[in-house]
Amino acid sequence: MHQRASSKVYPDAVSALRDILRDGMTVMSGGFGACGVPENLIAAVRELGVRGLTVVSNNAGIDTFGLGVLLQTHQIRKMISSYVGENKEFERQYLAGELELEFNPQGTLAERIRAGGAGILGFYTRTGAGTLVAEGKEQRTVNGESYVFETGLVADISLIKAWKGDTEGNLVYRKTARNFNPNMATAGRITVAEVEQLVEPGSLDPDHVHTPGIYVKRIIAGKNYLKLIEKRTVRPREGG
Amino acid sequence: MPWSREDLAARAAQELADGFYVNLGIGIPTLVANYIAPGVKVVLQSENGMLGTGQFPIDGEEDPDLINAGKQTVTELPLTSYFSSADSFAMIRGGHIDLSVLGAMEVSETGDLANWMVPGKVVKGMGGAMDLVAGVKRVVVVMEHASKDGAPKFKPQCELPLTGANVVDLLITDLAVFTRNSRKDPFRLIEIAPGITREELRRKTPARYME
Repeated sequence: MHQRASSKVYPDAVSALRDILRDGMTVMSGGFGACGVPENLIAAVRELGVRGLTVVSNNAGIDTFGLGVLLQTHQIRKMISSYVGENKEFERQYLAGELELEFNPQGTLAERIRAGGAGILGFYTRTGAGTLVAEGKEQRTVNGESYVFETGLVADISLIKAWKGDTEGNLVYRKTARNFNPNMATAGRITVAEVEQLVEPGSLDPDHVHTPGIYVKRIIAGKNYLKLIEKRTVRPREGG
Repeated sequence: MPWSREDLAARAAQELADGFYVNLGIGIPTLVANYIAPGVKVVLQSENGMLGTGQFPIDGEEDPDLINAGKQTVTELPLTSYFSSADSFAMIRGGHIDLSVLGAMEVSETGDLANWMVPGKVVKGMGGAMDLVAGVKRVVVVMEHASKDGAPKFKPQCELPLTGANVVDLLITDLAVFTRNSRKDPFRLIEIAPGITREELRRKTPARYME
């Protein structure tokens, strides 16, 4: 069997990011709320101390979890997100003018990332037509419907969280922890993935791979996952 | 007597037909799931990437990898599937979802919807609301007829920034239900809460509607 000269596998998150992460970079971070968040890689960004980052992520984490930890250290200059409701420090920095914020409709954000990863310059969408979102953007009316032109998004580095991954970078996500992760994996010039289970090639069913390894340049086995639940909703055990 | 939150959810649930794929917003719209009629099979979509969203888990069985778009823990069903955010919004934008139920701050007489931003207040973001109203086949809005300070919310024009222009098909408030046949037609009053007169409703509704 052909052996690749260089391995994609790094021993930990800091070593996977140390030589590529720079001040002022654009970084995509997967996750929806606290679900499917690259916890180990975000902690490494904090430890490496880079500043002035533009971060593309659906949410901004909560105060002590997810991207919230990079807000505490003022490493983020700008966020591109769709909803940032659960973070007090975010609100404080934004109101104080310390943080720039660009809101995108969630589907527009997801499609911008998909387009960026697929080499598509942009697309026309009905989403946001006739709203603040359309202001300053090219618009077209086709068959009486208004459309807004939105551009594709790429990042210098994408931080991805998957459930399982093999040493070739093939990834499998679990349940709704998938969310933005596979789209962002395609849109990073360098995509770094952390997985709960790092396995050998052949362990994953090729028919079940969600992100083909071509997109993933570096991979680590994550550890000590907190996996916070933001809103724990349950029903009582019957008869109990 | 005005309708209660539960009444509004139950009324919205009457719009769900057998076989529908439906997206429910946060707040009263979430309660709609509790009032789906027996024999009506509806598949709930959560825009974070799930089709076939089940009920809350049994205490102790919650899974941090399994949440709905309101970030609540949920369960999967035998028919459930998972997909990425881009696929989820392709489903929404592409017109594959039959109906969405959303809350609102204001609705205009031409079906404009405002539900994401109040100038001067902290803005949390629009999330998926703009995509939903732009792409879902039929948009049902559930809201109080007036705001907490008594200001009417169904008006000639929205004053708040829009979520979507000309997107509302059915409006259910605690005082009345208004519908329109198409997005070119005006709204028409079809139901009124018990004890509310047509005159009272007119007085409390600056928006024009047909009776």
